[in-house]
Amino acid sequence: MTTLGVTRTTLLKDLRMEWRSKDAINSMLFFALLVVVIFSFAFNPTAEESRRIAGGLIWVAFLFAAVVALNQTWARELRNQVLDAYRVSPAPPNALFLAKAIGNFFFVVVLEALMAPLFVVFYDLRSVGPVWQLIVVALLGTWALVVNGTFFAALSIRTRSREIMLPLILFPISIPALLAMVDATTSILTGEASPDFWIKMLAVYDVVFTAVCLLLFESVLNAE
Amino acid sequence: MKFFGRFAAIRGISGSFAPGRLYVVLGDNGAGKSTLLRMVAGLMEPSQGTFTLLGTNNHREVAHRVGYMGHAPLLYDELSGMENLRYFAGLYGLNDDDVCRKAMQMVGLDPDLSRRIGQYSQGMRQRLSLARAVLHDPELILLDEPFSNVDMHSAREMAAVLGRIRDKGKTIFVVTHQAALMEGVADEFVHMAAGQVVAREEVVRKAAIPNAEWTPR
Amino acid sequence: MKSLFIAFVVFTLGLLAFSTYQALFVAPTEQTMGEVQRIFYYHVPSAWTAGVCFFVNFLASVVYLWKRNLASDALAAASAEVGVTFCTIVLITGPIWARPVWGIWWTWDARLTTTLVLWLIYVSYLVLRRFSAGGQTQVLAAALAIFGFVDVPIVYMSIRWFRTQHPSPVMGGGENSGLDPAMLHAFFWNLLAFTCVGIVLMAVRYRLQMLEETVEATHAAAALQGGAQ
Repeated sequence: MTTLGVTRTTLLKDLRMEWRSKDAINSMLFFALLVVVIFSFAFNPTAEESRRIAGGLIWVAFLFAAVVALNQTWARELRNQVLDAYRVSPAPPNALFLAKAIGNFFFVVVLEALMAPLFVVFYDLRSVGPVWQLIVVALLGTWALVVNGTFFAALSIRTRSREIMLPLILFPISIPALLAMVDATTSILTGEASPDFWIKMLAVYDVVFTAVCLLLFESVLNAE
Repeated sequence: MKFFGRFAAIRGISGSFAPGRLYVVLGDNGAGKSTLLRMVAGLMEPSQGTFTLLGTNNHREVAHRVGYMGHAPLLYDELSGMENLRYFAGLYGLNDDDVCRKAMQMVGLDPDLSRRIGQYSQGMRQRLSLARAVLHDPELILLDEPFSNVDMHSAREMAAVLGRIRDKGKTIFVVTHQAALMEGVADEFVHMAAGQVVAREEVVRKAAIPNAEWTPR
Repeated sequence: MKSLFIAFVVFTLGLLAFSTYQALFVAPTEQTMGEVQRIFYYHVPSAWTAGVCFFVNFLASVVYLWKRNLASDALAAASAEVGVTFCTIVLITGPIWARPVWGIWWTWDARLTTTLVLWLIYVSYLVLRRFSAGGQTQVLAAALAIFGFVDVPIVYMSIRWFRTQHPSPVMGGGENSGLDPAMLHAFFWNLLAFTCVGIVLMAVRYRLQMLEETVEATHAAAALQGGAQ
């Protein structure tokens, strides 16, 4: 019953449950698609312009879609108060956090993989810079959003108006990460600048906030 | 002491409870029974004062020796009975399917039933919740309203199961409104009101095996 | 204790009056910007005071998570509110100053954007406090406060970098550089005055919060005696 073991068991359980209901994935996908379509109407760029704004559009769409998933994963634990069963057990709280965060990460990455081709099609995107850099930015950026998002979702699930609470507290703190993701993506797509600083910054952000989350999660879980 | 806003749910409980006995906690709504149970289970910290369980303040140290069955099912609707139990067993470090099967059989459920428990009847769900609480063979078992909305047959079976568990030397606390159900198996009725224990009643059971360790209070 | 506090309040009011006099009358008029520049004496000290408040909030939150005592939570609540107030003043006085002087209300440079993000973070903190239930509020809020504070330097650095990549009109370049000594004088008086005002407000708000908690506790104790619910 090590942290790793519990994380693995919980993650597998969550994945199995998600596979059966497909709640989170479906709502995320549909929402992201809607956002893409609406943005296409709102901003109607030429191919050249689209490379400049695509970074921003993509990440805003993913951000909103991710928030949908983040609320869902904790909602599952509150039904039937099943979270109590976890808290009563000797399982370490951080294992639960990691399992949820990794699960969320997985869902959002799957979402991104499915949505990316759509973006390429709608905006006629062709990247000037190397694609592997885009992938690195996507992975680091997604973890930045998801790690804080999972933590704040656990916070906000106990408040009134929980649906609005999560974006309200998540967005301000995520601003540097968002800025990094958007600017890095734009730099790579247009090939006009090096995303190196942003990638380093995202890595620092990820490390700092993962540590803070792990330090504070137990207090938040047991607040009653 | 435990305060909820302005409301003192628990005000100073002291007293000793002997191991290996089945205590039934009774009282009106708002007497603090559920709160007390949650504190013993480690789900709540006292607002004032300290709480010691099995010799320690740190709940996580002794968590594997405590089992808790809440008012709500504490189970995942989307999974089957065995899947639920396997997961919770994993939290206690038990990776043995056999333990889960035996637990289900003990409460009278079929381990091979692959139906999601969301489709179980209330009686079946409560039984599975009990199985989950005792899966890891805890010394101390806490049950909060285990018989609520449960059919008579399931309730009687569950009461009998609790008696059998107590006979193996485990300590059990049951919070319930249905005292009559527990008369056959209880050792003591503990009455609570307004956050305190107000009375304790020994139950003279027509026990098949007289228990020489009883001490009159 | 109380008379000491009242003395301090009187002192602060006096200080504020003096520093206002300094700012509005004594300090010389800036040669390029004109009278409008005097906002500087309110703008920068407010920013400083807000920073102090948020730092106090961070410390109080850490102490709360460690000690779980009511006083540190009350201080956290108080300092956040006062901090947001001063931060709002900064965000309002800034554009008022900028418009006549540089012709634009706002720009997304590092300092301004960081202040805005700071404001957003602590407003979200206050919203969380409002919307969460009962005993959990303190713990949840304390956790959020720590996140917020840790984030601020990261915000600043990232926007600095963003702005070196995409330069934009620089505002306020020279607020503190080459300040006329007479102006520096007025500036420091105001800095001191605003800090004192901040302390007074935090103290009052803290006391208010503690009083509220004491009332709650007294009711609870009464319930204890009477056995009534």
